[in-house]
Amino acid sequence: MSVKEDLYYSEDHEWVREEEDYLVIGVTDFAQEELGDIVFVELPEVDEEFDKDDSFGVLESVKAVSDTFIPVSGRVIKVNEDLLDNPELINDDPYGEGWLIKVDPADDSELDELLSAEEYAEFIEEE
Amino acid sequence: MDYISNTAAEKNKMLKEIGIKEIKDLFQMIPEAVSADDELNIESGISEMELMRKAQAQAAKNKSLDQQISFLGAGAYDHYVPGIIDALISRSEFYTAYTPYQAELSQGTLEAIYEYQSMICDLTGMGIANASMLDGGSAAAEAVTMAARITRNSRVILPDTINPAYREVIKTYGAGVDLDFVDLETEDQFIDPTQLKENLDDQTAVVVLQYPNFYGSIEKMEEISKMVKNNKKTLLLVIANPVLLGVLKAPADFGADIVVGEAQNLGSGLNYGGPYLGFMACKDDRRMLRQLPGRIVGKTTDVDGKEGFVLTLQTREQHIRREKATSNICTNEALNALMATIYLSTMGKAGLKEVGEQSYHKAHYLADKLDQLAGYQVLNKENFFNEFVLKTEKDSTELIKELLADDIIAGYDLKEAGSEGILVCVTEKRSKAEMDKLVEKLEVL
Amino acid sequence: MEEKLIKDYSSPGRRGYSLPPLEVGKSDINENLAGYLREEIELPEVSEVDVVRHYTALSEMNYGVDSGIYPLGSCTMKYNPKRNERVARISGLSNIHPYQPIEQLQGSLEILYQLKLDLAEISAMDEITLQPASGAHGEFTSLLIVKKYFEDREENRTKVIVPDSAHGTNPASAAMAGFDVVEIASNERGMVDLDALAEALDENTAALMLTNPNTLGIFEEDILKITEMVHEVGGLVYYDGANMNAIMGYAKPGLMDFDLMHFNLHKTFSTPHGGGGPGSGPVGVKDFLAPYLPKPVLKKDQEKYFWDYQRPKSIGKVHSFYGNYGVMLRAWAYIKTVGGKGLKETTENAVLNANYLKARLKKDFELPYAEESLHEFVLSGSRQKEEGASTLNIAKRLLDYDQYAPTIYFPLVVKEAMMIEPTETENIGTLDHFVETMLTISREIKEDPELVINAPHTTTVRKLDETAAARNPDLHW
Repeated sequence: MSVKEDLYYSEDHEWVREEEDYLVIGVTDFAQEELGDIVFVELPEVDEEFDKDDSFGVLESVKAVSDTFIPVSGRVIKVNEDLLDNPELINDDPYGEGWLIKVDPADDSELDELLSAEEYAEFIEEE
Repeated sequence: MDYISNTAAEKNKMLKEIGIKEIKDLFQMIPEAVSADDELNIESGISEMELMRKAQAQAAKNKSLDQQISFLGAGAYDHYVPGIIDALISRSEFYTAYTPYQAELSQGTLEAIYEYQSMICDLTGMGIANASMLDGGSAAAEAVTMAARITRNSRVILPDTINPAYREVIKTYGAGVDLDFVDLETEDQFIDPTQLKENLDDQTAVVVLQYPNFYGSIEKMEEISKMVKNNKKTLLLVIANPVLLGVLKAPADFGADIVVGEAQNLGSGLNYGGPYLGFMACKDDRRMLRQLPGRIVGKTTDVDGKEGFVLTLQTREQHIRREKATSNICTNEALNALMATIYLSTMGKAGLKEVGEQSYHKAHYLADKLDQLAGYQVLNKENFFNEFVLKTEKDSTELIKELLADDIIAGYDLKEAGSEGILVCVTEKRSKAEMDKLVEKLEVL
Repeated sequence: MEEKLIKDYSSPGRRGYSLPPLEVGKSDINENLAGYLREEIELPEVSEVDVVRHYTALSEMNYGVDSGIYPLGSCTMKYNPKRNERVARISGLSNIHPYQPIEQLQGSLEILYQLKLDLAEISAMDEITLQPASGAHGEFTSLLIVKKYFEDREENRTKVIVPDSAHGTNPASAAMAGFDVVEIASNERGMVDLDALAEALDENTAALMLTNPNTLGIFEEDILKITEMVHEVGGLVYYDGANMNAIMGYAKPGLMDFDLMHFNLHKTFSTPHGGGGPGSGPVGVKDFLAPYLPKPVLKKDQEKYFWDYQRPKSIGKVHSFYGNYGVMLRAWAYIKTVGGKGLKETTENAVLNANYLKARLKKDFELPYAEESLHEFVLSGSRQKEEGASTLNIAKRLLDYDQYAPTIYFPLVVKEAMMIEPTETENIGTLDHFVETMLTISREIKEDPELVINAPHTTTVRKLDETAAARNPDLHW
C-alpha cells in the first residue's frame, strides 16, 4: 500500500495535491484497496461549491458504497470524466489518472489542518 | 399436521447437546408480561382430506368465471393460460427457491430472469428492464418517484385516462416524498394535447400516459410525446398493456423514457388480483439505470471463462444502500416473471400477435353489434383495441345486475371509477356464441 | 452457460401454441390503428417441447428448499406443504376476477376474513390489512400509516429510528415514506442500547422500527421498557415481523406494546418463495390506527363479507387490487392444517433446531454474541478469515457440498457474519449433515485454504465475475 510524499491527506482517506491555481483531489491507495474493484463513480457538477468535509461524490464497488468527503472548502472547476467509463483507473492509479476533481479553494489555510504523508501513514497503521 | 419430523428421542438428544432439560427453557428470556400464556385461540390442525373438503366448500360459495361469461377487464385480463406454464413453474427447484443470492447454485432462476428482461425489452422497445415489481400499480408508482429523482422535480401530470386504481397507488406513494399531482381532466376519455401543453412547465418531472388508456382507447401518442420532449427536462412514462404489444407499436417508438405495466395477462391468470406482475423498463442510459428500483440480472463469465448470470448493480438496493436506496423492494414477483417468460416463449412471435389480433377483432365485432342496438352507444368506436366504453340509456348498475342472472358479467361499471357507462373487455377467450348472447340479452332488457 | 438461451432454439415459423379459429369477421385494423401497429417483434419461435426441455434444464441448475437445507437467516426457508398448492389451484377459488360482485365471492372473502382473525390472534393486533404484497411493502404501508396518523394530529414528526442490526428494508421503507432515518448502535450484548435510544428519542420522533428477536436471533428482554420510552415522547413502535417464526405462540407483538407491524406470509406461514417472490406482507395495527389502513378494508355485517371503501382517513392504496390473494390462500391452508397448537410447536422446533446447530458449531466458529438466541443465530468467520478464507469462501464451498449457504455479511454489526436459520422443518439428520460440512470446510481451510478460496468447484458455473457484470452491464440478449 503506498502513501505518496508531497500530498496532503484527510482522515477520510482523500489526498490533495497543490497545483499553481487549483487543488487536485483523489482517494488514497488505502481507500481504493479497502473498497475493492470500483465499478461506478458519481462526481459533482463543475461550479458546484462545497464546504470542508461535505460529501462531494460516491464510489461504488460491487457490494459497497462509499461517500467521498472534500478535505477543503471550494468550488469544483473540473471533474475527471474518464472515470465515468473507466472507474478502474482509481484502482490502478489512485494518485495519478484516478484523480476525482479539481477545486478552486476557498481558504488556503485549510490545507494546514490536513495530515502529512507521514502522519497519514501512521493513521492508517492504527486503523 | 405440523411438518416436524424430529421424534421425541431426537429432540431429547438435541436438548442434551444444547445443555438444557426442556424446550420451554429456550424461551425463558421472554418476559412473562408479553408472553402468550394461553394456547393460541386457533382451531386444532386438520388433515389434508379435511382441508380439501373445507376449501371445496368455500369454492362452492363462490361463482367463478368457469360458471359464467365475463367481459371484465379494467386492469385484470382473462387471457388464455397454456397448461405448460403451471407444469414448468411447479418444478420445485424454481418454485421453492429463494432470491438467487448464491448465483452458482441459482443459474436457473438467473438465466430465466435474464430472458424475462430481454423479452420485456423486446416488447417495450426499451434498453433496460428490471427483474419485476410487485404489480402494475406499484410499478407505475415507483416509476413516478424514479422520474422525480432523475429530474429533481416534483410535479406529476396524471391524466384521468389512467386506471383509477393506479392513480390512487401513485398518489399514495407520492405522498411519501411530497410530489404534486396535476389531475388532467379529459373529455370523452381522451387527452386533449393542447390542454396537456398548458400544464407542462419547467417543474414538471413526468407525464404519465396509459397505452391503451383505461377506457381501451389509444391516445394521440405521437403528438403528446413531441410535446413532452419539447419540455426538455420532463420524462414520459408509459403504462403499457404487454399482451397487446405483439400488435401495437412499442412505447419506445413514441419516445417513452420509462415503461411499466401489469403483466398478469402474460400467463399469470386472474387469482382475484394477485399475485400479479409489475414490469419496469427504461432507456439504456446510465443515469436512469442508477435510479431504477428492483433486482437486475446481468450476464458475465466465471473464472474458467464460461458464461453465467448474477444479480448486478446491487448498490442501488436496500440491503446495501439502506435509506439511500432507489426503493425498498426486496421480495418481488419472480415466479410470475417466470410465468411470463414461459408464456412469451410458448406463444412466440406469431402467438402473441394472434392473441392481440383475435382480441381486437372480437372486441370490434361485439362493439359493432352493441352499437347497433337501440339504447346503447359505443364511445370512441374506431380508436380502441379490445376494451371499450358502452354508454347505456338505462342505469348501468341495474343492467349489469340483471345480466348476472343470465350468467353474464357485462363488464366493469364505470360508476365505480366516477365515470359513466360499462367498460367491456373482450379477449381471445370469448367465443362468438358468448358475445352473441350478451347482445341478445341486452337487446331485450 | 450450461444451457443456451431460449431464443437460440428459435427456428423461423416454429410454433408452440394453438388457438381456436377467430369465428368473427375481421375489422380493418390497419386503417383503424394506422401509425400504431408494430412491424416486428423478436420473440422466440419454438415448439412446446423446446420450451419444456429448456426450462426443465434451467430448473436443474437451481436449488430450492425441496432440494435440501436452506439456512438463510431472516428468510425462514421452511418446507412448503404441497397440500397448500392444491388449495390454491382449485378453480372455484382462483379463477375469479377482482371486480366480480362480492355476492359471487363470499367463499373467498370468508377465507380472507378467517386469515385476518388468525393473524390478529397470533399478534394481538386489532385490525389487519392483507393488501401489501411483500414484507418491505408492509413496512412502507406501515410507515405511511404512521405519517398519516401524525398529520391527522397535526404533529410534525420527521424522524424514524432503526437499530444498526435492522434489515436494510427498514431504513429504505422509512425514507420512501419521507422520514429521516436515525440509526442507533446496539450494545455489547447485541440488543438495543437504551442510552443510545434515549438520546435519539425526542418530540420529533415518529417511530422506532424493531425486529424482535432481532437479526442476531436475540430477544430484546427490555422490550417493554423500549416501547414505553418511545411512547413517552409520543412516538409509535413498529414491529418487523420477519422473525415471527421465533415467537409465534410464545409472545405477541401486541402485548409488547407495539402499535403496528407486518407479517411475512411467505416466511412464517410457509408459502413458496418462487425464486424471489411472490410474497405477502399483511399489516396489523392497534385500533387507534385502523382508520389509516389502506382501502378497502375487509368487513363483515350480518349478511355478508364486503370491502369497505368508506375510509376517509385511509392512506390510499398500495396495490392495484387486494394484495397477493394466491399467497393468502396458501397461508390460510397452512394455518388450518397446522392449527393453534401446531403453530406453537412450529416455534419450539424452529428454536430447538437453531440452538442445536449453534451448540454444535460454536466451538469451531466464533460466536460474537454469547446471549441466548431463538430461531436464528449469527456466527463470525473471522477466525477462518485469519487462516486465509473469508465467509464468502465458506459460503461458496458449501455449494460444492450441495447445500445452500446462510445469509452472509449481515447483520452489519458482525464482521464476516454468517446468519443461520434452519427452521423447524429440518430434521436432526439434515442438521448434522450441515454441521459436518461446516466442520469439514473449517478443516479444509487449515489444510488446504486454496481449495476453499477457489470454491465452488462442482456447480454448473464457478465463481462469477461480478465486477465485470457491474462495469459493463449486459442485461438482455
